[in-house]
Amino acid sequence: MKFGEFGGIYVAETLIQPLKELEKAYEELKDDEEFKEKLDYYLRNYAGRPTPLYYAENLTKKIGGAKIYLKREDLLHSGAHKINNTVGQALLAKFMGKSRLIAETGAGQHGVATAMAGALMGLKVDIYMGAEDVERQRTNVFRMKLLGANVIPVESGSRTLKDAINEALRDWVATFEYTHYLIGSVVGPHPYPTIVRDFQSVIGRETKKQILEIEGCLPDVIVACVGGGSNAMGIFYPFLNDDVRLVGVEAGGKGLNTGRHSASLCAGKKGVLHGMLSYFLQDEDGQILDTHSIAPGLDYPGVGPEHAYLKEIGRAEYVAVTDEEALKAYLELSKTEGIIPALESSHALAYAMKIAREMSRDEIVVVNLSGRGDKDLGIVMNALGDGL
Amino acid sequence: MINRSLITYVTAGDPSKELTLQFLDVLSRYSDVIELGIPFSDPMADGKTIEKSHYRALKSGIRVKDVFEIVERFKDDHKTPIVLMTYFNPVFARGLENFVRNARESGVDAMLVVDLPLEEAKEYIDVCYEYEMKTVFLASPNTPNDRLRAIDEASSGFVYLISLYGTTGEREKLSSLAFDLIKRAKSICRKPLAVGFGVSKAEHVRELLKAGADGVVVGSAIVRLIEVYGEKAVEKVDEKCRELREGLNF
Repeated sequence: MKFGEFGGIYVAETLIQPLKELEKAYEELKDDEEFKEKLDYYLRNYAGRPTPLYYAENLTKKIGGAKIYLKREDLLHSGAHKINNTVGQALLAKFMGKSRLIAETGAGQHGVATAMAGALMGLKVDIYMGAEDVERQRTNVFRMKLLGANVIPVESGSRTLKDAINEALRDWVATFEYTHYLIGSVVGPHPYPTIVRDFQSVIGRETKKQILEIEGCLPDVIVACVGGGSNAMGIFYPFLNDDVRLVGVEAGGKGLNTGRHSASLCAGKKGVLHGMLSYFLQDEDGQILDTHSIAPGLDYPGVGPEHAYLKEIGRAEYVAVTDEEALKAYLELSKTEGIIPALESSHALAYAMKIAREMSRDEIVVVNLSGRGDKDLGIVMNALGDGL
Repeated sequence: MINRSLITYVTAGDPSKELTLQFLDVLSRYSDVIELGIPFSDPMADGKTIEKSHYRALKSGIRVKDVFEIVERFKDDHKTPIVLMTYFNPVFARGLENFVRNARESGVDAMLVVDLPLEEAKEYIDVCYEYEMKTVFLASPNTPNDRLRAIDEASSGFVYLISLYGTTGEREKLSSLAFDLIKRAKSICRKPLAVGFGVSKAEHVRELLKAGADGVVVGSAIVRLIEVYGEKAVEKVDEKCRELREGLNF
């Protein structure tokens, strides 16, 4: 299954059979009533779905343009949308008879959500995390351990998320007989981008129902941040055939002209890594470049293949927001609404505020508030000094 | 392309272009085919030893065009066939056809693209055919028979059997999976069979050839010497290859 020319299954031969097994299990399970009920049960009673669609009235008034709604994924158990996918995939792993989960994590949010799902389902969990991220996200490392997971620091390469994925793949190729690799975003070889999108599209389905109930019409624009792109794919997907403008916001870091960013759709080129054909930040020889973002969850040199496709066919647009703009949005929402957004989600928020200003008061912008920002207090304190 | 062959591996540019040429000269004295790796920023299918060698090579500033130059200079006065081993992105970035043409012009005899399975290889196979570049595809202990047949069909050089579940790297003992796979592949494949991953000793080479392999690939055991001895590794590599060659005497 491909998204136009994007996606695919660019892996070494040994992983072909485990991926086929996964695809078969997923195809068998996805429309199974019992599975759907079970997943729904856990999403409601364990993760806390449905999440509210909140009209940010104070922020809307302050900006003085379109109505801004926030899809409150930050209110989920674990504090971010990642749990939608980990509960789904952990159930899938159980069905396949696997006894162990492995996952990569950057900031630690997906690692925490995997550790939770593993504890819930009684599966052993090993999390690969770049050594640099282990150092800067110590609280999340502790959370994962508290939840019974083992955290393995990855010392190779740039010691961040992409290297954690490499290491998880190396583990999986040796242990696939009893291990499920629980990928955290809409990336990787087929069928992962599809599976993760499907589990995350509960966000968009709820949003659609909620906005129709509240406003009686669809939103004009939906804005979501894009690292790998799972929260964006999740909210976009149910709206693909509707007349709704979809905007993905990438991490512009210090600015696209500085080379210090993670905006692979805005500034990257087509390439192949981690099992997929998509856009990557790379040099002329195809060597993958180091990335930067103030938001650890966006710090990845590639992007999900379906986003690459949506960009190519012009169905969604992709823009970049800098560290500084995201930080401003982080502070703004905290003050005006009493909601501390994740730095990742702050990218989406920053762009939504920018366009809402230019729109009329009867228009509607929905922002996917994919996670809460308590995890980022350390980074924000560092960035501000005493400047609050 | 292989027949009772020792195949040895080094990464191009580890630790420098000039030393790679010296290593290739040594390897060519003892081995029938040389596998030369293009360093990549994210060598996912490789274990620690070869992974680190990719980073050393990249740190030395080596570029893909330098790898072609190494092959060209080597081929000036050597006949040993070169299999270029690479991840797909450097090929993709240069443009598939450009890459294969440049590689062939420099003297590369065959290519092995680690993360390009049959599903994604149609165009690659056509381009290789057009430029008379031999192809080598991987098969694994979990590759089913019908797929093994297709891999055999697609490999114009030889079929590379992965001896175990995991990445490249030295192991004390050979896995029983290797022998099962050789047996199965021999009954299905018409192309020669090389076995690699976890092969590091003369004894391993002998056992695998006796079991019916047409060639045996040794990588990490050589690359580890480069890691430990750096610029002084030439002699150590010579010793190691001589030892491995003993594995052909039985």
